[in-house]
Amino acid sequence: MNVTATLRAVFGLGDAAGGTDHWWGQRVTAAILAVLGIWFVGSLTTLSSFAHADVAAFIAAPLNSILLSLLCVTLAYHSHLGVQVVIDDYVHAPKLNRASIIASRIFHLLLAVVAAYALLGVGPGV
Amino acid sequence: MTLSILHRMTGVAMSLGFAVLVYWLVTISVWPAGYEKFGELMSTWAGQGMLIGWSFAFFLHFANGLRHLVWDTGRGFETRQTIASAWFVIVVAVIATAGFWAVLL
Repeated sequence: MNVTATLRAVFGLGDAAGGTDHWWGQRVTAAILAVLGIWFVGSLTTLSSFAHADVAAFIAAPLNSILLSLLCVTLAYHSHLGVQVVIDDYVHAPKLNRASIIASRIFHLLLAVVAAYALLGVGPGV
Repeated sequence: MTLSILHRMTGVAMSLGFAVLVYWLVTISVWPAGYEKFGELMSTWAGQGMLIGWSFAFFLHFANGLRHLVWDTGRGFETRQTIASAWFVIVVAVIATAGFWAVLL
């Protein structure tokens, strides 16, 4: 007699030793984004203009590149966690639910990577 | 109660806005011609409306997010306090959005 549960019977049901990652991840990224978000919005108001040269110079400055990258990566994670909750609340069909969450994860990962490419690919002499 | 769904709606709106922000960063970095096109698009009424919407979404989600972080410490759960903090969030979001655009324009 086989007493082990098949993977498909327990998949997605969670485990007893965890479950707080999502909650904590959302709060920690929220706190980081509160700081970086205000910094970014404030920076927009202090740009000398929105001419390409001025904006390019702003994002190419070392500290700005790093903070903007940090902002985008943290935002990608926070946004994914939020969208996941929305999907869980409104998409009840198990397969569609999982597919939607995986699609959202890939989408957010892509945004983080492309943002890092845009921000870290430029700089003095490039 | 209204703020609960608004928090969610502004969050989803900013998830989409995040994709636009990344597109903007890419044009700044490697595609100046695309940057000019994007600027023209955002200068239209529809574009301005979206930017104002995203800025309001940011300030509302920011202020209400802080409210949630305070709740997470176990404080502010009295009915009287939740109503007061809700109004505070709305007022802050409206004033911050107006102030942001006043400084920007």
